[in-house]
Formats: sequence, structure tokens, C-alpha cells
Amino acid sequence: MPRAGYGCHDMSGELSGRVAIVTGGASGIGAAAAALLSQAGARVVVADLQAAKDGMGRFVQHDVTSEESWQSLLADVSKHEGRLDIMVNNAGTSGGAGSVESTDVETWQRVQAVNSEGVFLGCKYAIDGMKRTAPDKPAPRGSIVNLSSVAGLQSGAGSIAYTASKGAVRLLSKSVALYCAEQKLDIRCNSVHPGGVDTPIFDPLWQMVGRERGKALVGMRHPIGRMAEPREIGEVILWLASDRSSFVTGAEIAADGALTAGLMRRQPFVAS
Amino acid sequence: MSRLENRIVLVSGGASGIGAATARLVVREGGKAVLADRDETKGRALADELGDGASFVPLDVTDEAAWARAVAGTVERFGAVHGLLNAAGVGVRNSIEDCTLAEYRRINDINALGTFLGCKAVLPAMKRSGGGSIVNISSVLGLRGASYAMAYCASKGAVRLLTKHVALHCAQMKYDIRCNSVHPGYIDTPMIAPRLDQTIGNMSGRQWLEELHPLGRLGRAEEVAAMILFLLSDESAFSTGSEFVCDGGLTA
Repeated sequence: MPRAGYGCHDMSGELSGRVAIVTGGASGIGAAAAALLSQAGARVVVADLQAAKDGMGRFVQHDVTSEESWQSLLADVSKHEGRLDIMVNNAGTSGGAGSVESTDVETWQRVQAVNSEGVFLGCKYAIDGMKRTAPDKPAPRGSIVNLSSVAGLQSGAGSIAYTASKGAVRLLSKSVALYCAEQKLDIRCNSVHPGGVDTPIFDPLWQMVGRERGKALVGMRHPIGRMAEPREIGEVILWLASDRSSFVTGAEIAADGALTAGLMRRQPFVAS
Repeated sequence: MSRLENRIVLVSGGASGIGAATARLVVREGGKAVLADRDETKGRALADELGDGASFVPLDVTDEAAWARAVAGTVERFGAVHGLLNAAGVGVRNSIEDCTLAEYRRINDINALGTFLGCKAVLPAMKRSGGGSIVNISSVLGLRGASYAMAYCASKGAVRLLTKHVALHCAQMKYDIRCNSVHPGYIDTPMIAPRLDQTIGNMSGRQWLEELHPLGRLGRAEEVAAMILFLLSDESAFSTGSEFVCDGGLTA
């Protein structure tokens, strides 16, 4: 299959033969990533708590916080797809708007379980699955894409439990990248830091102020003047998942409409 | 000198390492130090040595009730609390492949949850004391990754970001409480002692760690304590939500 050349944006077939898992792939950024990976030719496994009505890819019921669930997911993918090349650790929870003063231990632990431990387990089992991708098939060029947030770069966006969990994802991604490099595993690992994206994580805010008004309010916080659509983050994930980013590992990719690029008014924009 | 005259500082992990060095400096600079630690023997011994300027409270940083007792004990003993140093922590070597979920959670509970609980517990008393300064010990491994310290890096990345949350929250609420993170390189403390005698290639563990630092040596706890003292004092009054690196050039 001829590889697409520079300047060619048609990625159809570029990922054919590759298998991708997208956690939280039934909605929001995960669904957009699943659709784009599918269009590029990858076989996509959507791992989520609940299936979407019109979702892309093969759905597998999955809970990122459960090690047993990870084991059965990897066994299932091994049986059905027979390999693993791309892991998108996208599942996450906002954890509400709790401050240092209002957050209880139970909320803290629940947010860490999904956002931090879930990504830890996702990387751990991804490496296991990618290593077991059989040597008689094309050599694995694995890519792990972890969804952090602008809240993993600077606070002011979201709860203390959320910002701490995204800071953990940012640093564990680098450690995974370095480990895979040292072990010569040919697996890359990067973190993506989206700004405000129009996904169900904002539903509580939409209920409070209405969707269009809410989108305008959150959009105003970004120098670019608007929120992102899920597809725009999906494109970043697709690029990191593909060989086009073959020298990119251990990196922090912000896709935030310049939110973290300069000075900003310190007002929280995640409300729920 | 009295750069912390009559300031009362609660120090988690105060029985050894950076915590102990800071407690000594706080007392030397005219302040009071409450040493909070799981190690009662060492903590009480240091408090006794420091005299009237110090006391000891037992503390497991992952236990919210123990934090409440530590803060209450501090206020009971010295009447207020103006500073908090979250120095308690564990350094564990593991990679993404050999770290278990239980171990990942244990390290994150002590380093990240413990720091969050310290900030949360001290805020009401610090507000009543007229404001103050919180210093959280992150690490150079909260700034950079390491293949051999995956869970530790994650926990210190969490501390780095939660510190900014606390700083912004207190600023928005007009509490007059600042919060900053300190990012030490490898400091010659009990945390890294087990690594110094190991052999890595043809180097001792100590040499291997020393060579990570452009200054060619490990840091001393007193050198980190000096930075912490600056952050606890009014000398740093316009610094909040920031990352203070003390690493012999390691991240440069």
C-alpha cells in the first residue's frame, strides 16, 4: 500500500491493518477519534461503559478503573482482532467543580480512579497487548495517546481532583515514553491537552445556561474565541496514532485555542 | 536573624530529610515548628532537641482525621498556624510494566492525596490566623519523566498541579494564603539512601545520581530548606502558584 506523501491530507487506508482501542469511545472526543481512526483504515475497538446508538467500531463494555475489565478487554481484542497497535486512553471524568475546601476524599479517589489509575492501567495493558502482537505480522509500531487537559498544564480549569489527575497523566505519559524508548519497544506515548471541547462533560453547564450561550461563554475564555469541536481533538489523536508523528514521544501536545499560550483571566470555565 | 518571627509552621514528614532540615531552620529564624510524622521516635527526639520552639504530633498523611488532629494540636500548642510544609512522601522505583495498581495507588495516596489533605485541613485555621503560606514538595520528577519512577512521577505531577489550584482558589477567595511547589533534585536524605550503595554499571548509585546534576553532587536538605524558608516568609509575598526548582541544574 503506497504511503501518503507530504501535503496529502487523505489518510484513507494509512492505518489499514492496525488495531486501535479507544476508551470512552462512545461519546465526545473518543467518538470523534474512533471515527477518524476508522476512516484512516484502522479496526477500532470502542471500550466504554455504555454503547453509543450510532457508534463507530466494535463496542466492548469496559470500565477503565477495573483491572479485571482491562484483562478481559485485552483478551477479547486478542481473540477478535489478533493485535494491538494504537491505544487512546480517553475515558475521563470532570469530578464536578470541587475546590480544595469542598472536595472530599471519596470524590478525590473516584476522579483519580478514572483519570489517573485508568490511564495507568491503559498504558500498562497497552504495552502488554502491543508486545504480544505477533512477530510474524508487521512489526508493531505502537502509539499510546493519553488525554490530559489544559488542567494538566495550568490550573484554573476544573476541580482540584481533576487538575491533580491530569497532572499525573502528563507526567506518567513521559515516564512511559522513556521506558518504552529504553526497552526498545518501538512504542511511543504522548499526552494531549485540549482546552474547552463541546462534549458531554459540559452537559451540567449547558443545563444551567443553555448550550449556545454556554459555548459562547466558554469560547470567550480562549484567545481563538471559541470552543473546539470533538473532531479537532480527534485529528490530533489521529496524527499521534499514525506514523506521521514517528519522532514524537514523551511530548505534551496542547490543542487549546492558545488558552495556555499567554496571559488569561483566572476564572474557571468548567462548571458542573 | 528572625525571618519567621513568631510564625507557626506545621511540617509533615518533619522527622527526617527536608522536613527536619526545614523545622530546624524555622526555629532558628524565630518561628515555631510542629513536626508531624509517622515516626514518633525520631519526631519526638528532634522536637525535644529544638526545645520550646518545636513540638511533635503523630500523622499519617493519608488519614483526614489525623490531619484534623495535627492542625488542632498545632493551634492548641502555639495558638495559630501560618505555614504548612507538605514534605511527607515516598520515593519508589517502578516502571509502567512492573508497577501494580495497588502500588500505584499507595504512592499516589501518600504523595498526592496526602498533600491535598494537608492543604484542605490547614486552610480554616490558617484563615483564622490571618493568612499564611503553603509549600508543597513536588520533585524534578514532577517536571520531567523517568522510566524507573513512573508512579512517583505521576504523584509529583499531581502535586505540581494541585498546588496551582490551591494558589488560585485562595487568591480568588481573597484568603491571603499563598501556595507554591518546590522541585528538588536528588537530595542526600533517607529517601534515597537505599540507592546510594547500589551499583549501576561501573558506578556506585551515588555517583550515578551525582552525575545527573550539572553541579556534580547531590543536594543537601539544608539547601532545599533555605528555599522553603523563603517561600514560608513574607520575602516571597508576590509568589503563588509557582514552581521553585532546586536541582543543581538537573532540569536545565
